[in-house]
Amino acid sequence: MRCFVGIDLGSTTTKAVVIDEDERLLGRGITNSRSNYDVACAIARAEAFINARFALFEEALAEAGLEEDRRTSLAKNLLLSFRKRQHLVQHDALAQTMMGLLEDTRYDGLRSELSHVLSTIIEGMSADIPDLFAPGAKRKSDFFRDVASSSFMRRAEAVRSDEIGFDVLMGLFDKSIIQVENSELDISFESNIRPALEEVLETKSGELGAEASRIQEALDRVAAIDLECVNSVGTGYGRTKLPFRKEQIRSEILCHGLGAHWMFPDTRTVLDIGGQDTKAIQVDSQGIVTSFQMNDRCAAGCGRYLGYIADEMNLGLHELGPLAQKSKRQIKITSTCTVFAGAELRDRLTLGDKREDILAGLHRAMMLRAMSLLARSGGVDDEFTFTGGVAKNPASVDALRKLVRENYGERTLNISPDSIYTGAIGAALFANRDAARAEATPCGAEQ
Amino acid sequence: MMTTNTGRSLEDILEFAETLYHDAALSSVRDWKKTHPGRIAVGSMPVWAPRELIHAAGGLPVSVMGGGDDVEIIKGDAYFQSYICHIPRSTIEMGLNGSLDVLDGMIFPSICDVIRNLSGMWKLLFPEKPAWYLDMPQSFDEIGRSFFRGELLRIGKEMGELAGHEITAEALKESIAVFDRNRALLERLQEHRLNRPWMFPISEVWSVIKAGGFIPIEEHNDLIEEYIAAAEASGRPPIDNARVILVGSFCERPPLNLLRTLERSGCYVVDDDLSLGFRLIRGSVGAEGDPYQALADAFVERSREAAFLYREGEKGKELVARARAAHAEGVLFCAPSFCDPALLDQPMLVEAVEKAGLPWTAFKYAENTGQFQVIREQAGTFADSIKLWSVA
Amino acid sequence: MNTTAKKDRSMEIQKAMLARHYKRLAEADKTGDKCAYTFVPGNLTELMHVFDLLPVLPEINALQSAMRKKSAAYISTAEKGGHSEDVCTYVKCDLGMSRSGNLGPTGDPLPKPSILLLSYTGCFTFMKWFEILQREYDCPIVMLHVPYQADGRPTPEMRQYIVKQLEKKVIPALEEASGKPFDIDKLSDLLRLSARAEEDFVQVLDSAKHRPSPIDAYFGGVYYISPIFTAFRGTESAIEYYEALREEVEERVRQGQGPITPEGELIEEKYRVVVEGPPNWTHFRDLWKMFYDEGAVVVASTYTKVGGLYDQGFRHDPSHPLESLADYCLGCYTNLNLPSRVDLISKYVKDFDADGFLINSVKSCNSFSAGQLLILKEVEKRTGRAGGFFESDLVDPRYFSAANIKNRLESYFQMIEQKRSAAQPAAGDAS
Repeated sequence: MRCFVGIDLGSTTTKAVVIDEDERLLGRGITNSRSNYDVACAIARAEAFINARFALFEEALAEAGLEEDRRTSLAKNLLLSFRKRQHLVQHDALAQTMMGLLEDTRYDGLRSELSHVLSTIIEGMSADIPDLFAPGAKRKSDFFRDVASSSFMRRAEAVRSDEIGFDVLMGLFDKSIIQVENSELDISFESNIRPALEEVLETKSGELGAEASRIQEALDRVAAIDLECVNSVGTGYGRTKLPFRKEQIRSEILCHGLGAHWMFPDTRTVLDIGGQDTKAIQVDSQGIVTSFQMNDRCAAGCGRYLGYIADEMNLGLHELGPLAQKSKRQIKITSTCTVFAGAELRDRLTLGDKREDILAGLHRAMMLRAMSLLARSGGVDDEFTFTGGVAKNPASVDALRKLVRENYGERTLNISPDSIYTGAIGAALFANRDAARAEATPCGAEQ
Repeated sequence: MMTTNTGRSLEDILEFAETLYHDAALSSVRDWKKTHPGRIAVGSMPVWAPRELIHAAGGLPVSVMGGGDDVEIIKGDAYFQSYICHIPRSTIEMGLNGSLDVLDGMIFPSICDVIRNLSGMWKLLFPEKPAWYLDMPQSFDEIGRSFFRGELLRIGKEMGELAGHEITAEALKESIAVFDRNRALLERLQEHRLNRPWMFPISEVWSVIKAGGFIPIEEHNDLIEEYIAAAEASGRPPIDNARVILVGSFCERPPLNLLRTLERSGCYVVDDDLSLGFRLIRGSVGAEGDPYQALADAFVERSREAAFLYREGEKGKELVARARAAHAEGVLFCAPSFCDPALLDQPMLVEAVEKAGLPWTAFKYAENTGQFQVIREQAGTFADSIKLWSVA
Repeated sequence: MNTTAKKDRSMEIQKAMLARHYKRLAEADKTGDKCAYTFVPGNLTELMHVFDLLPVLPEINALQSAMRKKSAAYISTAEKGGHSEDVCTYVKCDLGMSRSGNLGPTGDPLPKPSILLLSYTGCFTFMKWFEILQREYDCPIVMLHVPYQADGRPTPEMRQYIVKQLEKKVIPALEEASGKPFDIDKLSDLLRLSARAEEDFVQVLDSAKHRPSPIDAYFGGVYYISPIFTAFRGTESAIEYYEALREEVEERVRQGQGPITPEGELIEEKYRVVVEGPPNWTHFRDLWKMFYDEGAVVVASTYTKVGGLYDQGFRHDPSHPLESLADYCLGCYTNLNLPSRVDLISKYVKDFDADGFLINSVKSCNSFSAGQLLILKEVEKRTGRAGGFFESDLVDPRYFSAANIKNRLESYFQMIEQKRSAAQPAAGDAS
């Protein structure tokens, strides 16, 4: 199967998607952007291919006649088991790396004690794994670093001593995790899916019975599909850091425009609010950008602003919107300056204003900034598509909807659940179109 | 001319003035136009405009001073980069949202490049209404007087065309006389304030002065008289505040709450450059001879020192003199962010103020600033230190 | 080889002119030469030459300081001295320089002014700038107030106002400062020379109408305007320079060559753009590279008109010397109102057949920047070509965000490319 990959290297996360020749979205992958862009890019891409295989696998199960609830539950369990296997591979690598670091001369004198403590921690971390990947278990994040570090810290806290302090242990962990993240371990679909399926079948063999063989066959078929990466295109904040040729790189503006058009073909105006910048884009009926504006040097009104507010209020980012929606008496906030956000907030709270009322005002102030960028770019035409992390915040969406209605009249407002992948999708579409008209560069052949 | 009733209480007067202060939709101007059909209302940006010409054309001169903290900026930000001051944003906002529809024309005086360029933006955005750019002379001599007379004559002629009748010399002389009375009353208000600042808080004084931009000048004259009488009768007791002079707020206005904050932090603002245009010309213009020449002469010869008027060598001399006359114990430099005239002038004024041994402090604001904590602390510390000094 | 040699000739001439000028300035204290500080827009160079006053241009000093990476320290000196971070960095850079030994572009100290000639044209800050400098140098100052073309054209009253100021204030002040009498015939002679150089200069600017354009009218343009905007109008050497430059450019047209960039000749002209706004001087080369790396050529710019709109027909007129100087001052780009600027940029987009236009919005310069977002809208509306917008500063390196600007420019050029390929079906879509 001919595939095309789009990668969006954002300031906080790196996203990758795979599409086929008919511009069908096959898979998505996301990872945290790290210092090593090559690795972030490789991991996001690998994730997208894994995600594609799983999607294809579900299709194959449907063809094999499995009922929907069965398919869903099976796929869910299989994914958990697969993730666990991936985790184990990385866990082993981490354990090995940490133990290996003990050879350093700086640990002379401490080595045997340290080795003992570390082994205890690693054992404990191994013991944590099954629960982490049990059905229904809640993980803080899907990134190995996050999961491993919280497990490590908990275990280390329990065993540290006067001789071997917490900071020594964390130092070892930090050093090792970077090495593990930056090494390309075999966590591929091909290598890990069969043992994962075996595990699922083992525990579920009673329920599955005769279906087991059909499931096996379906998996074999999917594993045998050659997902050939014909061309890939990169975009995003860090796109110039991608190991791509110049022709393989597209501006975020173009990718967001085309991605939004792909998601909602009647889109004429796109607003994207990410962590670091805000973009207002106008596209024509083909998704071609006709004009655009980005926020000026001042990052007021970007996602980062909400981050500061959340920190200041000691709330999770996702809690801000719902809290603001509870407001009955919105307060007028004049400054969306990130630098002054904290001070203004404290001042308001001291004055006795309610948190939700202040937050409602802040969300409106933030959307006012977006409105001015939209106006600069040419206004808000029907249909209007809102993308980026901030599109997930319901209070922002409410404020935006209201302002758009007041200033431009009724507009269809589109928000896709895949919104975070808009740029990557646009990039993948360019990869497909470029391949049709010019030379292409398969994945891995970039450098 | 009809006068308003003289029995208003201080509270009534202040409520009236403050309502006008916050009336971004210009309802007082709308009401006036309803009761004066066929007459024109002409707006002017800070700082100075020949309001006498509008009056002489039978029109209502209206101050356009931005939206303060009453106007939410939705469209205005689309026209200005983040490094440009706030007043043009709210002014464009009010232009686009219909608040200024009631005006038949606008005057843009030559006080800085932002307001200068705003005049051109106005021509592009609202081509159906006249937008006059008024080039104030920077040559303070016979050449400047003759040029400025020409400028005033040009605007007067076009103003007459807008009003539907020529401005006669007689009408202009009468208007000058009414405005001369206004200048004299404002001067009187200033004297009262200097003598008993505890009876004339800056926030009140300024809303009374500023009201003159939204009501007929004759009514404003009455208002000032009423206010002086009512404030004097208020019996407010003096408290131990520091006497300061406020500099830099001649264009984009500070929020009223900022001025209250200064008072509450222990400052009596005894002199300032708020609504400077109303008080720019010292003394009377006079109604002798050619009224256009009289206006031009008064402007060229008797304008107060201001950041937008060229001064050779003696920068700050007048500020120090005013501070002395007001027995001010310190200077507050209070300029809008990104205000070129005020901020470029400031270091030169500071030099003069320091030379004169006057303490000073400086801060910035925007017309829609909502936070005064920092200013409160700064002004409070400043007032305290002045008081300590005066005791020592 | 031939063209390379010719290219060198105009550059060599300019280099020699500048070297001679700065040498005279450096030796002024010894030779007794007197100098006048003045501004580029509305500069009265010929008049200063009548009195043998050497022009020193603080804006040029500031931009030179930025190109030599000295502006950050100078600005910091001024800010420490109480100047606001909000205001024009030319002023702060110049002030910082004067307080740090007043070393000019060649590293030699510049002489103190015998007079400050404040040609108050098209920029409010000029007035404050010289009020500040007067306190620094404690020297005579004379103000020439040039009214703004608020209604899109100069009036006879404006012209008269300027001529009167010249006659009654400026000329007597220059006589006093130089100790030399005014000679109107000498002024006429110099203006005659000016007009000759101006003619060749206009031909150079006009050459960008060719495809490919033989010049870059913004990044290259700032070198071409240098003599005619500064100390050399009305000199024989300016005539020599512009003749040589014109010949070289005409030769490039004959050869079908593109503009010269710091990395050699631009081989493929992919995009033709008009640029509004002054350049950034701290990262001049970096910004230029962002253009030529994409194959973008600036075919016309407004910045190269701050010292006069010669391309729109203005020439100094020896038969009416003072009136001609007045018209010159009135006609500088920064003295045009917004509607006139929109007209001019739209005209450039059409006359030079540009793919679009870009605005470099400079923090320091409200005269340029206030209203640029409306200019963007209006010019797009009138020309139907795409406009782009980015921000920087004149000489403050803190306000140059390379990644941000590059992102915008790349997006802009890719947008033009995408529009183009949408307009003509791809090779593979022949069916």
